[in-house]
Amino acid sequence: MMSKLSALRGNIGWDKGVGILLLVTLIVGSLITPDFATTSNLGFVVQDIGEIMIIALPMAFLIIAGEIDLSVGSALSLVSSTIGYSFAHGISFGFAILIGICVGAATGALNGFLVNYLGLQSLAVTIGTMGLFRGLCFVLLGNTPVNQLPDFWTGLGVNNIPHTFLPWSFVLIAPLVFFAWILLHHTKIGRWTFVTGISAEAARFSGIPVKRFKFLMYVATGVMVSLAAIVYTLRFASASPDSAMGYELTTIAAVLFGGVSIAGGFGTMWGVIFSVIELGAIRSVLQLVNFSSNALQMVSGALLLFSVAFPKVIELLKSRREARVKKPSPSLASMRSVE
Amino acid sequence: MKGSSRHMQKNKLKAVLATAAIAAVAFVGAPTQAHAAGLKIAIMPKAVNNGYFTAWNQGAQKACKEIKATCTYLGPTEATGPAQVQFINQVIQKKYDVLVISAADQNAIVPSLNKAKAAGIKIVTSDADVATSAASSRVVAVLPAASARIGTAEVDWIAAATGGKGKIAVLSAAATAANQNAWIAAMGPYLTQKYPNMSWVGGTVDKSVFYGNDDPTTSTAQFDAILSQYPDVAGIIAPTTVGVLAAAQEKKAKSATVHVTGLGLPSQMAPYIEDGTVEKVGLWNPIDLGYVAVYAGAAAKAGTFTGKVGSSFKAGTKSYSVVAGGIAYLGDPFTFDKSNIETFKSIY
Repeated sequence: MMSKLSALRGNIGWDKGVGILLLVTLIVGSLITPDFATTSNLGFVVQDIGEIMIIALPMAFLIIAGEIDLSVGSALSLVSSTIGYSFAHGISFGFAILIGICVGAATGALNGFLVNYLGLQSLAVTIGTMGLFRGLCFVLLGNTPVNQLPDFWTGLGVNNIPHTFLPWSFVLIAPLVFFAWILLHHTKIGRWTFVTGISAEAARFSGIPVKRFKFLMYVATGVMVSLAAIVYTLRFASASPDSAMGYELTTIAAVLFGGVSIAGGFGTMWGVIFSVIELGAIRSVLQLVNFSSNALQMVSGALLLFSVAFPKVIELLKSRREARVKKPSPSLASMRSVE
Repeated sequence: MKGSSRHMQKNKLKAVLATAAIAAVAFVGAPTQAHAAGLKIAIMPKAVNNGYFTAWNQGAQKACKEIKATCTYLGPTEATGPAQVQFINQVIQKKYDVLVISAADQNAIVPSLNKAKAAGIKIVTSDADVATSAASSRVVAVLPAASARIGTAEVDWIAAATGGKGKIAVLSAAATAANQNAWIAAMGPYLTQKYPNMSWVGGTVDKSVFYGNDDPTTSTAQFDAILSQYPDVAGIIAPTTVGVLAAAQEKKAKSATVHVTGLGLPSQMAPYIEDGTVEKVGLWNPIDLGYVAVYAGAAAKAGTFTGKVGSSFKAGTKSYSVVAGGIAYLGDPFTFDKSNIETFKSIY
């Protein structure tokens, strides 16, 4: 019992918990509605969570490293708007996408510069750039979305891979997910991320170039946001300045629900991946049983609250127990672990 | 995951593989649902929790009762294309026969509508249509009145209130709201042409539009912004039910002298029309829009209506025919003032 509690306390096992919850959702979903467990619905769910999944990967790195990025939704919209603007001004679509990726990298570089080299709070900086990038979308496109994108490209966003039920975006997302997992848990970059999140000072003393490291992490976030923007633009076959409204909060909620500590220093990639899939799956189940959309909104909020509150409650329970058996409580920092 | 990191990793991997395996089993080979008797119709607003669409749905439900169809009202809480797409997927998945939809985004939902169309679902846009280039994704659009006339009628109403003089501003919905933008575009030249003593606060109509995003708080703040930025403003047109209500409330709260008109629900605007805060607002009848759209969809599913220009369908006692662009119009906007608000406020 003790060992179980202490495992939960340090969030270890939370990712598995989310995995089990996902499993339960899949099973219950297939039992209560025949429309859930079908290949076409799986295709819809995969397509539905695509952009959030792509952004959640770098967001997990950022939050584990003790930073955050609230500008990702606006940055996605800016990349999409850039692609639309370039295309509408006669640039070939493939080249427009390249320009979009450069703009995405630039949004990350701006965030990274302000946070790391000017030493500003990432929360404040990215609230600012969230507004800035959104405004730029309207400067570029005004109130007129760009539609009628080339059929070849929108086909990639809309159609499934021939003879499968999976959307083309799966080809992009699956390797990204795998790569993010390897990177966080099996490379030096992953270790640096955890160490930086636990204590930036300690990281610096141990020779990690913290500023440059986190700067590059923001640039990488910008590039990943660009990839999400491409998927988004093609999927909706249009570029609109009000794209991806609220995606930053959905993404951060998914990352936290996946067991990543908002205080930094802790989290697993599987937890995040399961969490994003779970959010898509549970939404699909609830929609298919005609659950009220107001209640739907509440469910994702409640899940997030639960994920934040549960470890805390366990921790409180455990410290009570410890007080009773008069054992000295280990400090919180020692409970956080590096993968 | 300190000392036994490798071991934990292995366990984790096992858990992952098990999950994936069961998920794969769960997702294949599900039975297809049998068709129920009578048409299955989905009624999808831009967003639920909106009085206008509640009225729209009332009309749809009335038609459904008459044709003995099962109608489900479903849609997102936020009026965005991506949010609506999730519900269109649901409509495809649940194999509805007809989808009546007010497009929250005229482009973003088109790929999904095409998928629904390919799945044999008859789509009727009602209230808000998809982009002209995507007209083939639906059978027909049931719209209130020609866009230009909705815009110019509102100019007539504000001119009647200000006595045909003074500077005018517009309090709109979201900057990308296609309906509002089309109406506003028609207001510009009409005001200049027909009312020489009136002008726009920002010089041109484009520079005189404030966006309240169909959010009561933002709309109120934008109303205040108009008054502080242009103290000499004589009239405000709010071509959105949320905006015009916020404007009326704030005008009353601030005892402002500016005239307010726009598109408003009689039930919401009644107190302000009765106490004289607002002289007149107008609106087509959303109940009729929903009602007629359901009949169009049912006729299309039955094969008696093609949606081609010149073809027609019957809704109740009236017949509607399709004009250029694949659109069936209801007619001119209807106005509410002290003389008739008593009757209409209880209807919608």
